[in-house]
Amino acid sequence: MELLPTIWFIAIAVLWTGYLFLEGFDLGVGMLMRLFARNNTERRVLLNTVGPVWDGNEVWLLTAGGATFAAFPLWYASLFSALYLPLLVVLVALIFRAVAFEYRGKVDTDQWRARWDWAIALGSFFAAFGVGAALALTTTGLPLNANGDREGGPLAWFSGYAVLGGLAVVGFSLVHALAFLALKTDGEVRHRARRWFVRLLPVLLLPIAGWTLSIQVLDGKLWTWALVLLAVAAAAAAWNLARRAAEGKAFLALGAFLVLGTSSIFGAVFPVVLPSTLNSAFDLTISNASSSDYTLGLMSVVAAFGLPLVIAYQAWTYWVFRRRVSAAHIPETHSFLPAIAAKAFTTKG
Amino acid sequence: MDALEIARWQFGITTVYHFMMVPLTIGLGLVVAVIQTAWHRTGNPAYLRMTKFWGKLFLINFIMGVATGIVQEFQFGMAWSEYSRFVGDVFGAPLALEALLAFFVESTFLGLWIFGWKQLKPAIHLACLWIAVIGSVFSAYFIIVANSWMQHPVGVEMVDGRPVMTDAWAVFTNNTALVAVPHTLFGALAVAGGFLLGIAWYHLWRRRHDGVDTVGADGKVIAGEAADIPGRDRDDHKVWLRSLRIGAVVAMISFAGTAITGDLQGKLMFEQQPMKMAAAEAACHDGTGFSVLSVGNLGSQSCDDIVALIEVPGILSYLAKGDFTTEVQGVNSLLPQYQEAYGTHLPDNPIYGERAGQEIDYLPVMEVTYWGFRMMIGFGGLAALAALVALWLTRKGTVPESPWLMRLAVFGILAPFGANAAGWIFTEMGRQPFVVAPNPDPNGIDQVFMFTAAAVSPGVTAGELLASLVALTSVYALLLVVEVKLLVRYIRGGVVSAMPELVHAPVDENEDATPGPGGSGNAKPADDVLAFAY
Repeated sequence: MELLPTIWFIAIAVLWTGYLFLEGFDLGVGMLMRLFARNNTERRVLLNTVGPVWDGNEVWLLTAGGATFAAFPLWYASLFSALYLPLLVVLVALIFRAVAFEYRGKVDTDQWRARWDWAIALGSFFAAFGVGAALALTTTGLPLNANGDREGGPLAWFSGYAVLGGLAVVGFSLVHALAFLALKTDGEVRHRARRWFVRLLPVLLLPIAGWTLSIQVLDGKLWTWALVLLAVAAAAAAWNLARRAAEGKAFLALGAFLVLGTSSIFGAVFPVVLPSTLNSAFDLTISNASSSDYTLGLMSVVAAFGLPLVIAYQAWTYWVFRRRVSAAHIPETHSFLPAIAAKAFTTKG
Repeated sequence: MDALEIARWQFGITTVYHFMMVPLTIGLGLVVAVIQTAWHRTGNPAYLRMTKFWGKLFLINFIMGVATGIVQEFQFGMAWSEYSRFVGDVFGAPLALEALLAFFVESTFLGLWIFGWKQLKPAIHLACLWIAVIGSVFSAYFIIVANSWMQHPVGVEMVDGRPVMTDAWAVFTNNTALVAVPHTLFGALAVAGGFLLGIAWYHLWRRRHDGVDTVGADGKVIAGEAADIPGRDRDDHKVWLRSLRIGAVVAMISFAGTAITGDLQGKLMFEQQPMKMAAAEAACHDGTGFSVLSVGNLGSQSCDDIVALIEVPGILSYLAKGDFTTEVQGVNSLLPQYQEAYGTHLPDNPIYGERAGQEIDYLPVMEVTYWGFRMMIGFGGLAALAALVALWLTRKGTVPESPWLMRLAVFGILAPFGANAAGWIFTEMGRQPFVVAPNPDPNGIDQVFMFTAAAVSPGVTAGELLASLVALTSVYALLLVVEVKLLVRYIRGGVVSAMPELVHAPVDENEDATPGPGGSGNAKPADDVLAFAY
């Protein structure tokens, strides 16, 4: 057993889990902009629950990607090049979503807001779906040759698992966002979020349960099956707690579901990081895809100090913005004053 | 075009675009942090207005840098998988550390700064901005460490055909990086300086044009107030005059900084990548002279077609070695050396695709390197000169009435952007045909280099790359229009566009007044409206 590659396998599992936990709810809130919110004020309530934190959440994705590059360059190279088109969709989705968060409120017309609302909603949906598809495929495999390159053309990655994984992250993000909104808002939005959560949880968690179970059937070990049972219990607890209006506990229980679920998945596939569906001799594993011990050691030292620090100051951010947001908190739209004339470039003299 | 060429265009376009946003983020971030510090220490309301106004523009731009940065990290794996496999052991670490140690800091603390005007104590709120800005500087450092390793690989040895990191200290203190980091940071500050100068000039001009400010018999400004427009008072004049002066001084200092660090960088580059510098000079023959103007067909890539029309003797030697007499090797002497060291033909290896076995052209595209080098210096120098003239013209407290000067100041904002882009295009194109340039130091590492032709993803089709090139370029073009429109809108609106409190008097609301730098004096801040809301 190689110690450092194992540590980095765990570290990357932690980074992906952190990403899904944190960005999960802001992706879900993004999708709910059009599905759930009924008017502009409600949309602004939704936006402001994630406003201070979404960008920091997204960095978990960059760190997961960067850490994969540094610790398992062959995994990074094969996965990202094989999934060229789906990742392009993720990139475009993330670009529009990020810009939309910042620009939506910058011009005071309904048309402007509606366009960016769609950018947020669709951007969140496609980002969640694409990330989910990529994660599912790295667990179930891609048609890779001996060099780790995709065979079979631009769509060779496509399989039922891609769809299942995509829906898994979309479904989870929506449930997670409803739990988050019930916890972070007040008034009508809070109550509706809780109602929707209770109603929709059993349906929306089906795809992620399907992905988890498929992996267990394929590669499961006794201990990862045990984690699955615990995950199911956590989901049931989340549902029950939400029914009893214990919003904070319901949110944490759902978080526990995610952590247990992803642990069971990563645990089951270990030590393979990306199987080849053409020939298992071409599988990428923690041994044949990893960087040198020197590089992994260096990264371990930095991460051992850096990652807890990140968690600490991000936790502090959530503490600073711990208040619930409600319609009453939303300030009037700042009607933009084109005060100082608009004709500078056409005025003569 | 084949996959390699499309992938190169894509990397070039997305990187130059990303690096339009990044220098403004770094430079303007530093300036806003200094201004907010001034407000914190003096309580002068003009500084608060400057913080809010420039901070607003900073954020409109910042988000574009964030959005386009993700593409950068992903496309190494997507389009350049062979490159990623080859360099991953050493190149991945600075990228991962950038995300972990810098970008997390930047985005988290900037979120705190944007939304925390009331939730945080003023000193902590200010500290959040400083932490975010320092994060962006570290971000630049890590990315440049990664890039510098491509320019000048150090700290590795070859194991099974791949470079493996053996000395992290050497990688993270690569001399190429140590001069490139300050060069880049000064370049970023130059962008911010020009930005402040141009926009502040516009507003001072506007105030004169509208008759708000007048000029007395001694030529000195008499600042006035426009009663009908909120925020257009005497403080507003201070905001713009101070911004203009800060911008001009920053622009001049940063040009000096880029010149000094650029000179150091050039001297290193003559040793580390002599062909790049020879191509920058279109210098075919050995010599000491710096070409002020070379004519002929640079694009023919043939030395027979190039005539140096005006040459200043000795200057090239100075740029390379610091004296005026050392002969600097030209393209004609360097080519055989490169061919001997790195081969005349690409190996017959499938990773080169159709290019396997082709002859290697060690001469970068001279049209690009020659003019890129000159545009970098030219735009940078022009901006600094303009800043000096601007300080002189505004010595009596306002700008001349000429609308042409105002237009010049506004369009001059583009000059430092142009210098940044030209510099990067020069250094990246000048490294070709290598993606990882060889380290020629006799004591340096041997045989660690990679031809760009070997770097592209073998499994990815030209069609996929074309799809992404078209998609990303269109999205970027669309968003550039949106960003510039928004910036123009907020710039024209002036300070009030970033400070609703100047329009809506706080007494109208049930809650208390806006907090000063002394702290949120509200009894119940928890019931207040959000300090900042999307």
